[in-house]
This record gives sequence, C-alpha cells and structure tokens, in this order.
Amino acid sequence: MDYSQFLAMKQEICLLVVFLLVFLNDIFMPKRVQAKIGVITCVLFGVYTLLCFFPQLMPDDAESAFSGMYETSPAIIAIKNILNVGVFIVLIQSLRWSSTDAQVIRRGEFYELLLLTLFGMYLMISARHFLLFIIGLETASLPLAAMVAFDKNRYESREAAVKYILTAVFSSAIFLMGISYVYALTGTLYFDQIADVFNYYGTDAILLSIALAFVIAGMGFKLSLVPFHLWTADVYQGAPTPVTSYLSVISKGSAAFAFLVILWQAFGTVYSQAWEWMLYALIILTITVGNLFAIRQHNLKRFLAFSSVSQAGYIMLGIVSGEAMGLAALMYYVLVYIFSNLAAFGVVGAIENATGKVSRDDYNGLYHTNPRLAFTMMLAMFSLAGIPPFAGFFSKFFIFTSAISAGSVALYVLVFIALINTIISLYYYLLVVKAMFIKPVDDNTVPLMQSSCSERVALWICVAGIIGLGIVSPVYDWLLQICGC
Amino acid sequence: MFSNILIYFVVIPLLMLAGLALCRNIKQIRTVAVVGSLALTALSVFLLIDYLALRAAGETAPMLYQGSWSWFAPLNINLAVGVDGISIAMLLLSSIILLTGSFASWKIDMPKEFFLWLVLLSTGVFGFFISIDLFTMFMFYEVALIPMYLLIGVWGSGNKNYSAMKLTLMLMGGSAFLMLGLIGIYFHSGPEGHETWNLLAIAENHSIEKGWQYFLFPMTFVGFGVLGAMFPFHTWSPDGHASAPTAVSMLHAGVLMKLGGYGCFRVAIYLMPEAAHDLAWIFLILTGISVVYGAFSACVQTDLKYINAYSSVSHCGLVLFAILMLNTTAMTGAIMQMLSHGLMTALFFALIGMIYGRTHTRDIRQMGGLMKILPYLAVCYVIAGMASLGLPGLSGFVAEMTIFIGSFEQGMMDYLSGAGSLRLVFTIIACCSIVITAVYILRVVGKLLLGPVQDEHHLTLTDASWWERTSTAVLIVCVAAIGCFPNFFEEIIRFTFSDKIFTVIGMN
Repeated sequence: MDYSQFLAMKQEICLLVVFLLVFLNDIFMPKRVQAKIGVITCVLFGVYTLLCFFPQLMPDDAESAFSGMYETSPAIIAIKNILNVGVFIVLIQSLRWSSTDAQVIRRGEFYELLLLTLFGMYLMISARHFLLFIIGLETASLPLAAMVAFDKNRYESREAAVKYILTAVFSSAIFLMGISYVYALTGTLYFDQIADVFNYYGTDAILLSIALAFVIAGMGFKLSLVPFHLWTADVYQGAPTPVTSYLSVISKGSAAFAFLVILWQAFGTVYSQAWEWMLYALIILTITVGNLFAIRQHNLKRFLAFSSVSQAGYIMLGIVSGEAMGLAALMYYVLVYIFSNLAAFGVVGAIENATGKVSRDDYNGLYHTNPRLAFTMMLAMFSLAGIPPFAGFFSKFFIFTSAISAGSVALYVLVFIALINTIISLYYYLLVVKAMFIKPVDDNTVPLMQSSCSERVALWICVAGIIGLGIVSPVYDWLLQICGC
Repeated sequence: MFSNILIYFVVIPLLMLAGLALCRNIKQIRTVAVVGSLALTALSVFLLIDYLALRAAGETAPMLYQGSWSWFAPLNINLAVGVDGISIAMLLLSSIILLTGSFASWKIDMPKEFFLWLVLLSTGVFGFFISIDLFTMFMFYEVALIPMYLLIGVWGSGNKNYSAMKLTLMLMGGSAFLMLGLIGIYFHSGPEGHETWNLLAIAENHSIEKGWQYFLFPMTFVGFGVLGAMFPFHTWSPDGHASAPTAVSMLHAGVLMKLGGYGCFRVAIYLMPEAAHDLAWIFLILTGISVVYGAFSACVQTDLKYINAYSSVSHCGLVLFAILMLNTTAMTGAIMQMLSHGLMTALFFALIGMIYGRTHTRDIRQMGGLMKILPYLAVCYVIAGMASLGLPGLSGFVAEMTIFIGSFEQGMMDYLSGAGSLRLVFTIIACCSIVITAVYILRVVGKLLLGPVQDEHHLTLTDASWWERTSTAVLIVCVAAIGCFPNFFEEIIRFTFSDKIFTVIGMN
C-alpha cells in the first residue's frame, strides 16, 4: 500500500492531532492545565483553522486516495474550512457553559466528542464510496447523542438524547436500505461507478426511485427536512445551547454538503428522471411547514429549531441547479447561515446562562435593559430573514439566482414559493424584534446582565461576519472561483 | 470611486449614521441631522445646476455622471450609478423632505435611535435613485423598507404594532415579486454569457423575448406597484401612514411611495416596452380604481391622517396611471405629480403632526375653529389643501393638468385609431377625482379650521414654533415654485423623454 496517499487527508490528520492533544491534555496533564482545557481547545483549533486557509497547503486539483474512496479538492477543502470557522465560534461560545459547576468535571469529553463528530463530517464530505460515507455518518451522529445528553441531570436533555439517538439510528437504517437497493441495481458502491452504470445501462425507474426515496429520506433526517423533521424541535430544546447551535449549523451544514455530493456525483445522471421532483416537493414542504410551525413557538430554542428547518429548505435550493454556481451559492449560504444562526444562539445562550430565560416573552423590552444583546439579536434575525445590507440578503439572492439559472418554468415557480415564504419568515423574525424593541419592559424581562468575555468575543465575530460577508464581495468571488465558475 | 459626485449621496448619509452613533446629547443629534440633510440638499441643488449646464452644452447621453465599480464580478454585479433629470428631481425631493422631516421631529423621544433609523431609510432612498444597476437598486430598495418597521413600531401611535407589521410584510411581499422579476430579467438581459444587471445595457440589448416579458413585466410592475399603493395592494398605506410618527409619514408618503412609481417607469416599462404596451390595460384599470377609490375613501374618513393617506393612494395612483399612458405628455405629468405629491403630502403630514401634537386628537369631529387659535398652521393647511385640489399657481394644478391632457391625447388617439376606448373612458373617470378631492379637502378645512371651537382646552394652544415654521415654509416655497415655474421643472425632466430614449422604449 502506498502510504503517501494519506497526504491527501491533510485536514483529517491535522484534526486528529488536535483531538489527540486535547485528549492527552485531559488525561495526563496536571489539574492546573486541565482546568484550561476549553481555552486550550479553542487556541489549538483556532490555529488549525487558520492553517487550513493557507493556499500553499491546498491541492491545485482534485486528488483521490484509497482507490477512489476518498477525494479532496479545493472546493472540498473550502467546505471543511467553512465548517471549521463555525466550530471555532461554537467552541468559544461553549466556554462559559462548560465551566459551570454541573459540567466542569466532564467538559473534557465535550470537546473531544465535538472534534470526533467533526472528523466524521469530514469523512462524509470527502467520501466517494458509500462504505466510507456510512462510517463518517455514524461517527458524526453517535457521539452527538452523548453531547445532547450532556446536561444529564436535566430531564429534557436526557429525553432529547433518546429521541436523537433513536432517529439517528432509524435514519441510518433507512439510508442503508436505500444503499442496498442501489447496490442491487448497479453492483458497486463507488459514486462514479454508480453514475456510470446508470449512464450506460439506463435505469429501472421504479427500483431506482425506491432506492433514491430511501437515500433521500435517510439524509432528510440528518438535515431535518420535512417530513423527517419531527425530532428537531424537541432535541434542540432539550440539548444544552452550545450543542444545539452545533447541531443546527455544523451538523446541518455538513449534511447539506454530503447530500449534494451524493446527489450530484452518484445520481447526477438520473437527475431529471428520478430525484428532481422529489427534491422540489421536499424543498417546498420544508420551507413552508418549517415557517408555519415557527410562527407558533414561544420558546426561542424551539423557534430557532423550526427556523433552521425552513433554512434547510433554502439550502437545498443550491442543489437543484446542478452546476458549480449552485455549489458556490450553497457554500456561501451555509457560511452566512453559520454566522447568523450562531449570533442568534449566542444571544440566547448568553441570556440562558445568566438568567435561565429562553421564552420570547422574557425578551420583552430587552433593548432597554441589554441594548447590545438586543441589537445583535436583531442583526441575526434580519440576516436570517434576508434583509440588506446584511449577509443573509446576499446569500438568499445568490441561491435564488443559482436555482433559476437552469431556467425551467418549474424552477421559477419553486423560487417564487420560496420567496413568498421569506415573507412568512420575516413575520416571525420580526416578532422577536418586536418583543425586544417595541414591547415595554415588564416583570419577566431579562434584567441588566453581564455576559462573559468569551460570549462577547463570539458575538463580535458573528456580527462582523453578518455585516462584512455580504458587502465584502471577495468572499463570494473566492467561493465561485474555487468551485470553478 | 470618490471622484464621482453621485457616490456622495450614499456617503453623506453613512457619515451621518456614524456621527449619530457618536452623539451624546440631543443638541449634537439635531446638529448632525440638520447639517447632514443640508449638505444633501446643497449637493442635489449643485447637481441640478451642473446637470442643466451639461445638457445646455449639448450632452446627449441618457444618463450623466455615470460610474461603475465591479462588486460581484462573476455575477456581473456592479455598483453602477448614473442620473438623468428624473433621478435628479427625485434626489432633490428626497433631500428637501429629509431636511424638513428633521425639523419636524425636533422633539422626538429617543432621538438617537430615531434619527439612526431615519437616516438609514434615506440611505436606501438615495441609493435607489442613483443606481442604474438592478441589483444595487433592489438592495437599496429593501434597505429603505425595513427601518419603517421599527420607526412605526417604536415611535408610532394608535394601532402601531398591527400597522407596522402589515406595512412591512406587504412591502416585502411586493419585493418578493420584484426579486423574481429582476432575476428573470437578468437571465434574459443579453446574449448567453453576456448577461448584465445594468439598466442601460439591458435597454440597449433589448433581448428579453416577448413571452418572457409577459411574465416579467407584471412581476416587476406589481412589485413596485405595491409601494406605489396600487389597488388592491394599497391597504398598507392608510394604516401605515396613520400610525407612523410625523417625519416618517412625511418621508414615506413623500419619497418612498415615489420609489414605486419611479421603479415602474425605470424598470418595468423602460426594459419591457412591448409587454407594457400589451398589458397596460390591466394595470390601467387597477390604477384607475386606485385614483377614484382612494378619493372616495378619503371623503368618509374622520381621522386626519387617514384622510391624507387615502388621498395619497389616489394621487400616487394617478402617477402610475399616467405612466401607463405611454405618452410623453402624460409621463412628464407623472414625474411632476411625483414631485408635487411628495412635497404636498409631506407638508400635510407635517401639519397634521403639529396639530396632533397640540390637540392630542386627529379626529376632525373633535376639533374646530383652529383658524383662530393656530393661524399659521391653519393657513399652511389651507395652502396644502389648495395644492392638493389643484389650484392654479400651486404644484398640483400643473401636474394634474399635464397628466390629464396627456391621457386624453393618448385616449383620443387610441379611440380614433380603433385601438379601443379604454384609455379614454378611464381618463374621464380619473378626471372625476379632481372634484372628489375638492370635496374632502374642503370638508376638512371647513370642519377643522372654520366653525366654532369644539373643545375649550384648545383655546390655550400656541402657534408654530420656529422649527415648525422652517419645516413648513420650506415645503410651501417648493410647492409654490413648481406651480409658478413649471417650465423650469419640465426642462429638467424633458430630456429623459426625448426622441432618442423613446426609440429605446419603443413608443411615440
């Protein structure tokens, strides 16, 4: 075996090194150093994230290893970098939570599990063979269940973990069922060979549709697409806030990229016959149902859960175009979504850590007691709703443009429905803004409070991203260039 | 980039935002607001003079002061600016209303936040009028919409939560149509691989097929039409204007509603003339209904702001109505009407705000005889009313006259050439609105200003303070200026409708 193949996996190896350092630190170092594990993880991960951005470390072209099971390319590295940035912010946000009394003895595990799931996500994105993909998928899902249960003294947290693990296992089973059909149809598990077989021999439409339905349903659970979203709200509400934010941006983002890779690489040749309409239906359902349910939520974590369900629908719009422009738009959307959603979760988490309040009614008049937090939350809401000059506007505009670029009438209708839904979403995002800015202060209002330094740093990064990512065009140009437009 | 004069219409508001963020007390805030809006007014007056000089020197390009800076290069998105007479007129209008609006909100609560949002709103407005790139235009358009929510929600009165939400959602609904329309225009804007967002280039290429125009024209026209208060999408306007604080009503009715008319002309009709020609009848009917229905509704309202808001629906309907005539005279009238209505309605809302601030009611049944108590404000109100019902010498007369002459011309031409009598019929119907306008204006003047004093508390009220006098006097001078020197204003916008442009649009 040619061991130089491992060089293609630079990012995975670096991540493992970071993981091992954190792990060893947690086990062997003196108590004094162990106590700093959160900061150490942040620093190590921050250095690693920065390193990955150096162009010298990137391959110029696509490279594959292990007889085509693993692939990396500039676009894939950029995807992983985007996830890294998100994880970095999540790590900073979790510092305060992880040093609370209930978590302090087991916070080492939190960071280790988090890095492990990220490793699984890397494999999902890079896999070009379904076996490796499943390994990545499982590595990414199972430790997450432990993270969801991290507040193990809280009933909701345990309940959420059980729900999460059951859905995760169930969805894996469905996915595997789909893969077995695909294997039966094509006799291979390599993505490109599957595509070749479909291309060459044609397809048995019914069997293929069934297989795809299973595959898409399996991924739909991970992405919480409607109708596979039922676990989302409960898990998001029950899990500790840093874990929720991790689930809602990183886990979802990586699943979106992996979904795109599977659909384009393995099933791209049967696009119009088999999965086009399934995807359209899923997108419309996801956006609409997610939005309609979000209107009724008063608990902000549940509210953000449903809002992230509908955001997943918008992310899917990047897949329908089937072109490099769609990939770039999707990457950009996920990047912006990471910053916006993490800003929202950052504020919710900061307030929850200080006062334990998560209901929208507790935010009444927040602007008068905590103007900066209220302002940050407003920016996050506007960015999620797609209001200029914040980044969310640009990402929505570009993803709609990329979806329409293929030009069929069905796509215009699809985008139109998505656009109508942005108005519904604006309504419930404005409800939060209304609570904070317009409603008067009452007895339940969050009092003037001090957020910790780490929370503020994370929020500042998010605010910079929300304001800067849209107006500063080189970011999107860079993504387009990497995707080969 | 900074050598282009137009860019300062966005830079100055941004500097104002930064200045406001640093302000510590109300005096500084007022200073920043007034100095900034004075600078903007001076800039637009300078631009106007310079523009006229350039035109007099024989400059014939459709848009002057053009500049274009690449923004999102792979998608051909540029920050492209350029103005013609119409845009300059609109810039002048916006800066004057921002100036008077700042004076009108001299004593607002939480002034810092208020002016921050107000200036953000006007950044969007100015940016919209200088842009000739569809993407930046749309972006500025949306920037102008969202501060309204907080401005109405926080500083508004009455049923403000409902109105703010209704207004924001309806306008964003319009922009959903618009976004789809604009993306569609982009993908048909030129030969494959040479798509562009630039207005002039799209008009030059003229490559949107007729079938697509039939789809994209209604999208863009309705999108902008929502903001122009086109029936049946006008319902945000009465509620929104009634709940908004004074300066916001002024800016919104005075300037933002003009974005609708301007956009309908600049994007929908300019880029898709064939569809405009074929589909104009649908929108003529709708805007015709706006004109008459708005006027009738104003007759039965008892809240001063509702009366004025419905009158805005009627007058802005007239703008769209005139644009759809696709005829030079009517379009000139439409632009005049935009200017005239902007100034007049700002004056109205300023006065209503001042009266409401004193009497704490806007119900005309509970007020009376204010002429004796508040002579200055009452006289101003009468002048605004006269302008609204089209008294010669004031702006309303010039604008409406031009519109109706143009419409009648076009209607007769249609009729004589056998193209149907729809235009003629609707012109006659719309003409009725002049009479109805007189009814509701005179009714208000009679109830509010004349007759016995209804409430003895009103006897102790004081007349306008100096900042209120400044605000109203500036507006009255402008209204009278348009009325007395219509030729000068016609001169500014004439070139836009010269033969060369009209061959691009493809109409007579």
